[in-house]
Amino acid sequence: MTSKTQKTTIAKAKTIFSGFGGQGVLMMGYVLATSGMNENKHVTYLPSYGAEVRGGTANCTVTVSDEPIASPVASFPDSAVLMNTPSLIRFEGGVKSGGTVFLNSDLVDVRPKRRDIEVVSIPVNSIAGRLGSTRGANMVMIGALVQQTGLVSLKSVIQSVKSIFQKKGSKVHKMNTLAIKEGAAFVDALSGS
Amino acid sequence: MAKQLMRGSHVIGEAATRAGCRFYAGYPITPQNEIPEYMSERFADLEDATFIQAESELAAINMVMGASMTGVRAMTSSSSPGISLKLEGISYIAGMELPAVIVNIMRGGPGLGNIAPSQQDYFQATRGGGHGGYRTIVLAPHSGQELVTLTMKAFDLADSYRTPVILLGDGLMGQMMEPVSFPDPIDPSKLPKKDWVLNGTKGRDTRLIASLHLDPVEMEQFNWKLARKYAAISEREAQHESYLLDGARFAVVAFGTAARIAKGAVNRAREAGLEVGLFRPVTLWPFPEKELRALTRTVKHILVFEMNLGQMLEDVKISVGEQASVHFHGRPGGVISTPHEVENVIKKLMYKYELDK
Repeated sequence: MTSKTQKTTIAKAKTIFSGFGGQGVLMMGYVLATSGMNENKHVTYLPSYGAEVRGGTANCTVTVSDEPIASPVASFPDSAVLMNTPSLIRFEGGVKSGGTVFLNSDLVDVRPKRRDIEVVSIPVNSIAGRLGSTRGANMVMIGALVQQTGLVSLKSVIQSVKSIFQKKGSKVHKMNTLAIKEGAAFVDALSGS
Repeated sequence: MAKQLMRGSHVIGEAATRAGCRFYAGYPITPQNEIPEYMSERFADLEDATFIQAESELAAINMVMGASMTGVRAMTSSSSPGISLKLEGISYIAGMELPAVIVNIMRGGPGLGNIAPSQQDYFQATRGGGHGGYRTIVLAPHSGQELVTLTMKAFDLADSYRTPVILLGDGLMGQMMEPVSFPDPIDPSKLPKKDWVLNGTKGRDTRLIASLHLDPVEMEQFNWKLARKYAAISEREAQHESYLLDGARFAVVAFGTAARIAKGAVNRAREAGLEVGLFRPVTLWPFPEKELRALTRTVKHILVFEMNLGQMLEDVKISVGEQASVHFHGRPGGVISTPHEVENVIKKLMYKYELDK
């Protein structure tokens, strides 16, 4: 497990977020891209689009880079955030060798087959439920992702989420902040063990 | 103004509004539905703006034609099959010398095709598209920020030359979010007055705007008038970007999304020590012919890369003639090449022609 101190600044990193509709998958990508923008990095956000059904799968690709971004598409992402089992089946194969998958261990009931990628399992639904609402599962996950990868700072994620959900008021902001920090703390505990 | 993360289609809508566009009519089609979505919401806040979801593409383009006659800055948008339906109207608009902005967020074709990003409408856009031998100015953005500048420029060009202008993007340009910033909005009432509009005859003679000229001689004279206008546009408005072309022995020519990917490929090839750059046409018509020809003083091999089977390729060949060898790599149907793929094509060609030494 990579420890916090080993994190280095990454010149360019692509992350795929995938899950079923309603899990806040596109929102996670939007939060990461907004945070990158607020840190004056180059960012692109590319959603999957087209004929989708209610409750069907959703995914998006976010690139965060120190330099202008050529293609916003990721054939081989550095990280994949996979919120359900179909997402793991679809995206495991494409993750770059040495890359990381972040699994929602509450819903993903199979283990990745590959041995050349790092696997970070987080029970984001359980953690969010304990904090008050499973709807915050995506916030727990983005906290974990950012703490593990160092793509952007935890502080800018919290700031971005605050501005994105500005209209929802301070109660929602407090809940979100708590969820993001819990996700980060979970990863810290993993790397400490 | 601070940067904001915005979807390409929404950027087009906001930039159009800031350029003083106050009439929009359209009919839904993926992957550009977010343009009418944005216009409907944005125009709801403006007292002097009209949004219409028309009953068809045909209706939408004819509404734009009518609105333009009254002097308002007018826009419609669609994607490939929908643009084909609008072509009759675009020909009429050209024949009536009306300004209009038409956005084509291209998808894979031919026919109904798919909804993936493609550049298969290059011929249609740059050769007029409809009947009667007219031309349209064609602008090809390759980033979110360029969607801002080129959308706004499209309205200025349309008004200056009284001609339809095509903003040619693709599904990727329309769906992708990037940070953008906008200039201050233009007040439509401060735009130059148009002395040809249909706005009531009180105190003046009647005016006629029509594309009907039954007398062949009259029709010929009108065509010569258009020809002079097109010559002026070709002379003045060609625009391109040179990327890492200083000292290059090999050049890639690509536009729009393909140019983004080509930049990545060029960066990778440069890192590998190859002397390669990118020539990116920003206007597809007029094509930056002279500028590309000038490049052949130093570059003898050119790779054209497009998300189609080779359409801009013809304009590149016309531009360089016998002065350079022109090679092609293309992916039609909505496939998005990786920079790595294009880098490999560059490397193989440079190896083959001993340009890698």
